[in-house]
Amino acid sequence: MTRDRRSEVWIVGVGLVSSLGEGTDAHCTALSDQAAPPRVTDEARFPGYAIHPLADIDFSRQIAKASDQRQMERWQRIGVYAAGLAIDDAGLRGEPALLDATDLAIAAGNGERDLAFDTKVLETADAAPIHSEHLNTLLSTGLRPTLYLGELSNLLAGNISIVHHVTGGSRTFKGEEAAGFAALGDAFRRIEAGQTDRVLVGGALNAERADLLLNLEIGNALWHGAYRPIGERQANGGGMVPGSIGAFLVLERAESAVARGAKPYARLAAVVADQCPRAGEGDIAASLGQLMTRLERASVNGTLVVLSGASGVQPATGEERRFLSRLAEAGRGPVVRTYGNAVGHGVEAHFVSGVALGALGLCKGTAYRPLEAGERAAEGAAAPSHALVTGVGHWRGEALALLEACGRDGA
Amino acid sequence: MSRSLLDKNGRRVVAITGLGVVTSLGVGARDNWAALTEGRSGVRTIERFPTEGLKTRFAGTIASPSGAPYSAADLATEIAALSAKEAISQAGIGGQGRFPGPLIVATPPSELEWPDLHRLYRDARAQTAATGYERLLAAARTGAYADLARHVRFASIADRLQGELGTAGAPMSICTACASGATTIQLGAEAIRRGETDAALCLGTDATVHPEGLVRFSLLSALSTDNDRPEKASRPFSLDRNGFVIAEGAGAVVLEAYDAARARGAEILGIVRGCGEKADDYHRTRSKPDGTAIIGAIRRALEDAGVEPDGIDYVNAHGTSTPENDRMEYVSMRAVFGERISNVPISSNKSMVGHTLIAAGSVEAVFSLLTIRSGTLPPTINYDLPDPEIPLDVVANVKRDARVGTVLSNSFGFGGQNVCLVLAAEPA
Repeated sequence: MTRDRRSEVWIVGVGLVSSLGEGTDAHCTALSDQAAPPRVTDEARFPGYAIHPLADIDFSRQIAKASDQRQMERWQRIGVYAAGLAIDDAGLRGEPALLDATDLAIAAGNGERDLAFDTKVLETADAAPIHSEHLNTLLSTGLRPTLYLGELSNLLAGNISIVHHVTGGSRTFKGEEAAGFAALGDAFRRIEAGQTDRVLVGGALNAERADLLLNLEIGNALWHGAYRPIGERQANGGGMVPGSIGAFLVLERAESAVARGAKPYARLAAVVADQCPRAGEGDIAASLGQLMTRLERASVNGTLVVLSGASGVQPATGEERRFLSRLAEAGRGPVVRTYGNAVGHGVEAHFVSGVALGALGLCKGTAYRPLEAGERAAEGAAAPSHALVTGVGHWRGEALALLEACGRDGA
Repeated sequence: MSRSLLDKNGRRVVAITGLGVVTSLGVGARDNWAALTEGRSGVRTIERFPTEGLKTRFAGTIASPSGAPYSAADLATEIAALSAKEAISQAGIGGQGRFPGPLIVATPPSELEWPDLHRLYRDARAQTAATGYERLLAAARTGAYADLARHVRFASIADRLQGELGTAGAPMSICTACASGATTIQLGAEAIRRGETDAALCLGTDATVHPEGLVRFSLLSALSTDNDRPEKASRPFSLDRNGFVIAEGAGAVVLEAYDAARARGAEILGIVRGCGEKADDYHRTRSKPDGTAIIGAIRRALEDAGVEPDGIDYVNAHGTSTPENDRMEYVSMRAVFGERISNVPISSNKSMVGHTLIAAGSVEAVFSLLTIRSGTLPPTINYDLPDPEIPLDVVANVKRDARVGTVLSNSFGFGGQNVCLVLAAEPA
């Protein structure tokens, strides 16, 4: 068996938009500032459900053409916007040759339905039994011709190619949180093995959609009632509070980044994922534990901060906490930051969001402030040397990503 | 320890040791190949649901082999499992309910279908005066519809297959539109080349022939409307082609590290020589007029395979039968192969099975391998009026015998997705 020499994988660009605002500084400040609770929620818009709405964003700053914006649904606009921020941040803007050689690895679900049209059809059928012919005609005349392009999972990637001219390879991964595990893992492994130099990886969620809430509610995944932090939901059955998020990273082979003068936020040391059948109590914690043993070779000998990707949904969140407390018992004693408390749960975009926040924290030398009761403040003056990002699918999939601080010169 | 077989780029060689396929032509490679080489069409008038009021009323549908009532998610899962089991059985790999590698599956959209939406809406009428999605949410909140979660969870098909087939590690669910099946093979080949695994199960499945499934492609003016002669509607490369025929299908291939397959005495059905992909930034449903993205995908596949254009013996076309696709496929191949392209035999399986969308790349990879193994080129049926602007050596209407060592299989999708595979016979 042969293996190409392993390359280092650097995070050289971060693009983030969420309820906290846009860009790296806004997120770093909101998560570090002790003064204000970094949380924006809306509990009125969807009665019975809390969500984290996207901050006001002028999409035209990344998507100049109105015609492009019109042909996208909001999840795509959020994603294309965040992807543009990452491209700018990585110094790829205005570099057609580099963008043409950049691959896409996208985590996506479906886009928006036309809620008004669906309601019209449902009301029509509710008023009197509807003939198939009538339904067929309603669909044929009422669905917007381009709606399907706003729904189709890979059209976030397609729109990023069109708007930002990223035209290398293009893969879209699905599977809720596991879509993010697969997209990040694919990008990482290909760069590490020398199969590509540079990948724009990320995802987007528009949480402000009744159709999204419906799908999650069918799977009994939503938190009901007034907002509570993730740690306080467990006693009441758990549940997620979705957040609108666009999260993108530019990952690059270290040699390639050095050659073009791109600076790393952090080194991505490992991405591992698995999917246990969750047949019995303890399975999820055990799966995470086994993933952790696969990271042992990437020895962590400094200060570790954990960016917990817990969703709040049970039993996944409780078991992830059990895994984390075992890390503490084993003397790792990490500082934990459950970042979903700040930005909400981003589903497909959640894991990449955590990796983005982890990289930012390492770069700025901060472990952030506690994001819920029970999270302890970072002790001492030592900047964290490593960040472990946990990914726990609310229904399926477990993952870990390990980041290592490396200074902006990569040393 | 014996020396590993490496390709021209010094990487592990990726073998194919198992094939499985389900289409409107039948269940299993044997029935499909017999029908395909006889030039039979699987396209017919839709009987699954009333089609009055629809512009297109035919498709390449599959009746559930188990007789289960139709739902896109369930039928897609059922035929995916059938094709996967056929491929695994042929490969003779793993143990009972255990496959020693990851599952990489291309899946159709996960969505509630209208009958389910109507049911939720009706059921919640007594509970709430609300309308629209607020009423649907009230119904869902009762917890009584948890069985529908398998329709809306994107990880659901992969999870059900993983449970049934015992694949290892984290499964991947893929969507690169109509290139998805080819993408799964590319991902599997890359993982084997990296040495992460000795085997991968790559498959694509799609079963979305329902009213909205038809309407959304009708609204994009993509479907043929030849309702009076369904079996003649898919006419790739013909002058009078007027759209694709939506169809259902699943295809599966077992990929293995060549050395590992040889070591366990497996029959090598063929080799994944190379894969190439290139995103298009021109338009959401159309290719860049100069074909550069498709050209890029073909060139990358050839380069990855270490094969010169002259080394391609046969093309398994994307060949959807839309005016746009077939012309762009020709223009792009002409740019790569030069005048020689007019002498390279080419078939579009879609003339008979229709366009299986997400599954097309998988189904056509299976047929490409069967072409290599049998030395029989399946025909492109309904090729009665050649398009003079597409001067290709289309295997017209009847099969042709030819020795084929290396096949180029093209897959293109909405959103600027272009993936090409170079599949080849076992190295001598």
